[in-house]
Amino acid sequence: MAKIKGAVLVDTERCKGCDICVQACPYDVLALSKTFNTKGYAFSYMLHPDQCIGCASCGLVCPDGCIQVFKVKE
Amino acid sequence: MSNPIIDPKNLVYEKSKVLSDNTMHYCPGCSHGTAHRIIAEVIEEMDRQKETVGVAPVGCAVFIYNYLNVDFAEAAHGRAPALATAIKRLNPEKLVFTYQGDGDLAAIGTAETIHACNRGENIAIIFINNGIYGMTGGQMAPTTLEGMVSSTCPNGRDVAIHGHPLKITEMLALLEGTCYVTRQSVHTAASVRKTKRAVRKAFENSLQGKGTSIVEIVSTCNSGWKMTPHQANLWMEENMFPYYPLGDLKDK
Ligand SMILES: Cc1ncc(C[n+]2csc(CCOP(=O)(O)OP(=O)(O)O)c2C)c(N)n1
Ligand code: SF4
Ligand code: SF4
Repeated sequence: MAKIKGAVLVDTERCKGCDICVQACPYDVLALSKTFNTKGYAFSYMLHPDQCIGCASCGLVCPDGCIQVFKVKE
Repeated sequence: MSNPIIDPKNLVYEKSKVLSDNTMHYCPGCSHGTAHRIIAEVIEEMDRQKETVGVAPVGCAVFIYNYLNVDFAEAAHGRAPALATAIKRLNPEKLVFTYQGDGDLAAIGTAETIHACNRGENIAIIFINNGIYGMTGGQMAPTTLEGMVSSTCPNGRDVAIHGHPLKITEMLALLEGTCYVTRQSVHTAASVRKTKRAVRKAFENSLQGKGTSIVEIVSTCNSGWKMTPHQANLWMEENMFPYYPLGDLKDK
């Protein structure tokens, strides 16, 4: 069976660190950064990139449209 | 550290171009942003960007016209359905929708809301019910739940003094002029998908001249509720949904 792998690209400058995507991810891929963007917000990033399946749950719940989702079949 | 999966050819999701790149002024985690994103996606999928007129409310969404790249008119507080009536009657080929909070739609604009729906104006109404007046500091709204704390009912809403929370969407479903009345949310991926289908149906009804459609989105105002965005979502599930149950109220 083909394995599906995903990845996300977060617009870290527009991200406000609301944490909604972190909570929505079914595979605990995302976390909030320890550093801050120029607006002073922690931003979402892939803490466990290998676990991402590209389901786009994070992108669908992001209030600010900051997340692009990518997916490949291997 | 470059990730080979991150390549345009593998892209499966991104925000619609109908949503501008302007940073939205909403508080982190606010439901308004998610609702805007959904509307933008539907307009793009319907290929109606140049043939849509939105009517903006007074409330936190007052600047929606900076975020959705479609024509907009700004209504006086609560008067969006009256303005949308005129716009749609003068431009029957346009997709016309209002976007309104609960203070706008269910308090100061109650009369305009009811009469536009009763006349069956061919508009779509997107109704963001976060249970309070977000913009002005979290005052009690007609939709505030019994016992819910707000800046003007710090001990919680007391129905003996303040009356019952208004289920205006149920009232609108009773009117002959409404064709589609639904209540949705935007706090999970599944609920976002459902709300998107609901907005699409409401917009198609506007174009087909079937009457007025209302999509209520039960929402959070985490700043006003004084919770984190995630806590607010959980609070909404536990407290808002029992009183404002999700699903279609009317589909004719
Ligand atoms: C005629 C008039 N009355 C009162 C106000 C003050 N005011 C601005 S926004 C608002 C309430 C908005 O609440 P809601 O519609 O629930 O939207 P939210 O901010 O929660 O999205 C009020 C009372 C005003 N701008 N104009
Ligand atoms: S695409 Fe799905 S699995 Fe990947 S980070 Fe987003 S929510 Fe998690
Ligand atoms: S005050 Fe409430 S409704 Fe307004 S932007 Fe903040 S969270 Fe959203």
